[in-house]
Amino acid sequence: MSVIYMLLAISILVALIFFVAFVISVRKGQYDDSYTPSVRMLFDDEVREKDPEKSTINQLDKPN
Amino acid sequence: MEMQQFHYDNKIVQKFLYATLLWGVVGMLVGLLLAFMFLFPNLTDGISWLSFGRLRPLHTNAVIFAFVGNALFAGVYYSTQRLLKARMFSDWMSNFNFWGWQAIIVAAAITLPLGYTTSKEYAELEWPIDIAIAVVWVVFGWNFIGTLLKRRQRHLYVAIWFYLATIVTVAVLHIFNSLELPVNALKSYSVYAGVQDALVQWWYGHNAVAFFLTTPFLGLMYYFVPKAANRPIYSYRLSIVHFWSLIFIYIWAGPHHLLYSALPDWAQNLGVTFSVMLIAPSWGGMINGLLTLRGAWDKVRTSPVLKFMVVAITGYGMATFEGPMLSLKNINAIAHFSDWIIAHVAQEMPAGSRSAIEHVMDGDRELRRLQQVAFQRRHTAAVLVGDGKARRVTPAPGF
Repeated sequence: MSVIYMLLAISILVALIFFVAFVISVRKGQYDDSYTPSVRMLFDDEVREKDPEKSTINQLDKPN
Repeated sequence: MEMQQFHYDNKIVQKFLYATLLWGVVGMLVGLLLAFMFLFPNLTDGISWLSFGRLRPLHTNAVIFAFVGNALFAGVYYSTQRLLKARMFSDWMSNFNFWGWQAIIVAAAITLPLGYTTSKEYAELEWPIDIAIAVVWVVFGWNFIGTLLKRRQRHLYVAIWFYLATIVTVAVLHIFNSLELPVNALKSYSVYAGVQDALVQWWYGHNAVAFFLTTPFLGLMYYFVPKAANRPIYSYRLSIVHFWSLIFIYIWAGPHHLLYSALPDWAQNLGVTFSVMLIAPSWGGMINGLLTLRGAWDKVRTSPVLKFMVVAITGYGMATFEGPMLSLKNINAIAHFSDWIIAHVAQEMPAGSRSAIEHVMDGDRELRRLQQVAFQRRHTAAVLVGDGKARRVTPAPGF
């Protein structure tokens, strides 16, 4: 069953990568606000133009 | 205040949607033909490339990787650009992703009926196609992460995290499960052997379901259900807990496809334990999706899109209950190989001549003792009668 050590090593490595990503995202304040993002995603900020070909132009007030 | 204008790439989404429709029809037609072969087993007799054994992997590959795969790409390309407020990193990569994936599907549709297979379930494609899959997937991941880095929205919405987990984990699973030694252009042998091969295969097989069929579509749920209902997800906090708990638990459950096999018991039990733990995040996600519709159920009455979503989320809830239950050895012993299991990936153990329920009944020793006594007496009687020497045979009392 030596292969299980390889699988464990790979799985733990992937888990560690995600754990580090988790810690970094918490430290960077990604989860400080656990409500606004759910509302913000409802707004697409798409500009509706008369020409339907160009209806996917987007405008943003400011880059975040 | 600075004003920025940019265009989303909707062409690539459209392409993937058309491909989804096409391969959905093809994959399910092959499934229909296979279903007919249960009724009329000789339907395609004499045509080797239409035999059941070759069509089945074609059907599963077409539905999972062609139909669901293209739907996944369409949904990811659509929602990622909008969630990150950025066009995809590279149009060239998007198109490479599209055409490369279609080429892989066509290659699969040709080689599988011709009998070229590694015989690993859901990883049947031979080594040149495996390499192509790895290349196309890495380009997809590169394109996605490139978009992530040039995003205009600082916060990463939970769906983006689901896509990230999909990209990273599927790449790792595919590459390590497909390690094989080619003997010629279309034949290779796995570098693993025996039960080790089985363990790697089901570490892959289980997590292919987890990270190809589940996590991307949970991400899509977190994007499209609020959009369709026009209200925020029930609890964004719960969605974050859902994501992080799901990905840390999911990857350990593979051995539940190898119950009662040569795999050591402790490894089987580890798989079962994590399978049962999975109920919590799965149901957390399901409840989060359904409760998003609280106060909006009237919309479900008129919106076909929401109807489909409600059925899908409910189905996710049922499947993620069935899975952990079937991973329990004692339940599996009764239920598996019975007609009651309609929609779950099979156990990878050889079909024995003995029904699974017999193993459970072995537990009732008194029943087995009485059955043995009865069997012996009947058998003895038959032998006596057969010899023609016995005049009278006493039936066993009570039988």
